[in-house]
Amino acid sequence: MSERVLMKGNEALAAAAINAGCHHFFGYPITPQTEVAAYMSKMMPKVGGVYLQAESEVAAINMVLGAAAAGKRAMTSSSSPGISLKSEGVSYIAGSDLPCVIINVQRGGPGLGGIQPSQADYWQATKALGHGDYQLLVFAPSTVQEMVDMVTLAFDKADEYRMPAMILADGMLGQMMEPVTLPEPVKELPKKEWAACGHENKRPHNIVNSLYIEPDELERLVDERYERYAHIQETEQRAECIMTEDADIVVVAFGATARIAMSAVRAARQEGIKAGVIRPITLWPFPNDILKETAKTAKAFLTVEMSKGQMVDDVKLAVECAKPVHFFGRTGGVIPQPNEVLEQIRKIAGGIK
Amino acid sequence: MAVVFDRPHALCDCNLHYCPGCTHGIIHRLVAEVIDELGVEGKTVGVAPVGCSVFAYNYFNCDMIEAPHGRAPAVATGVKRACPDDVVFTYQGDGDLAAIGTAETVHAATRGENIVVIFVNNTTYGMTGGQMAPTTLPNQVTQTTPYGRDVNTAGFPIRVCEMLCTLDGVALAQRVAVDTVPHIREAKKAIKKAFQNQIDGKGFSIVEILSTCPTNWGLSPVEALDWLRENMMPYYPLGVYKDSEKGVK
Repeated sequence: MSERVLMKGNEALAAAAINAGCHHFFGYPITPQTEVAAYMSKMMPKVGGVYLQAESEVAAINMVLGAAAAGKRAMTSSSSPGISLKSEGVSYIAGSDLPCVIINVQRGGPGLGGIQPSQADYWQATKALGHGDYQLLVFAPSTVQEMVDMVTLAFDKADEYRMPAMILADGMLGQMMEPVTLPEPVKELPKKEWAACGHENKRPHNIVNSLYIEPDELERLVDERYERYAHIQETEQRAECIMTEDADIVVVAFGATARIAMSAVRAARQEGIKAGVIRPITLWPFPNDILKETAKTAKAFLTVEMSKGQMVDDVKLAVECAKPVHFFGRTGGVIPQPNEVLEQIRKIAGGIK
Repeated sequence: MAVVFDRPHALCDCNLHYCPGCTHGIIHRLVAEVIDELGVEGKTVGVAPVGCSVFAYNYFNCDMIEAPHGRAPAVATGVKRACPDDVVFTYQGDGDLAAIGTAETVHAATRGENIVVIFVNNTTYGMTGGQMAPTTLPNQVTQTTPYGRDVNTAGFPIRVCEMLCTLDGVALAQRVAVDTVPHIREAKKAIKKAFQNQIDGKGFSIVEILSTCPTNWGLSPVEALDWLRENMMPYYPLGVYKDSEKGVK
């Protein structure tokens, strides 16, 4: 067991990625994720890895495409405006069935927006990070330790399903310091028979490609990918449930916002309001099953986000509108306060009684 | 019976989709001959662009990757950094390399990225039906310059070798053509030198090849070669613009 160390979220994430066997990092500076790149630039030479500062976010994701196509564990990190630039490459990576990990330490938007924490890229990450029919695996950590644990999980699952995975963090998690235990460096990585890294005159040439001119062939390939997605939706949903067994009001929140929701729920319990929290850990696949199950006993849901309300749509779909789904959010880099969330819980509780 | 002329092993045994008279076929063959002669097919990774040569991934027998439009040098960078002992080349047209992919081209060059770039300049976006390219000549008529390229509104053509030869990371920047047998022999020598540079760890090598597009130029293959000599060669003079062994021209 490694020792516990006090680390900033962004640096812990970078350290964990290296231990997960990611020796190829391609980045570009942007607040509030720059510590990931800075840490990588310091540590990669020490482990014989590659740190390369690309000329743009566009180039960085395409370098990831190249390294991933060659069979390596590769990663890039950015923050919201930079992720928009990467979206082209992410679509090609998905269309080429390549595994990689993309970090988004979200900040406020749209446009250049701000540099304070936000969760307003939920739709982008879970619905449409680029053109075409495809999905990313999306993980939402809520502690620095979880940032660490999810990087390894993201690489493992990306390799297992041959698809890109995203860690959807935010400026709060990226910048905060917490004690963490880093994973031991992985010793063996999965073999990638499909990689384009030179056939050594031992096999036919491998082609990594996302172009299929014949509509029937393209449809067949997309269908195959969607069969994989269906399996993932069945087996990879992850969520944490806190005090939901007897809860009348279930707050749904992910990432750093879930911690604020927890504070509000504890305060509500002290006031005699039966409240609980569901914290989606995977945003895609969305934890539909646990929400649907909880809707049998809960009387109302409250979705709390650092946005104008994006995940709330998925909550409504998951509970099939069987129970009212309320929303509270702050945006632009404003962090919701526990007392603001508590006030919402009280309001809903009043309506229920 | 002795075989005196054969398909290079690095070129797949399949029909190419290129139009009659297009010089992509010759250039593919030269690259494949060089790969054969250097004996590197087993460790070569090619990166195809978006444009007429997008299907190059089906034509070369080495491992191949199809890159997003203009991003081939970035994709090649990722491959080369991941597998430094591999031989990595991109095969790109003028729109891919000198318009949408200018940043990727310039920065791969200035990093001295140890890759080969085969740059096919035919002054045209061929795949989409003959629109203005960054290398379209002044007054040249294309689908999107129906009155001829007006440099006052559409700007001037980019001379890629001349631009890149100023960068310290460039080992070789040479412009060749494949319009005559002597020029084809010279082109092959340049391509071989570029690949040898990579094997020797010398850095970024680009070979720009003046090429024809009879279909979109509306000319016969022979007329197209004449047009190339009369119009392209004066604007894009052949020659070695930088050779790290010899310095800048």
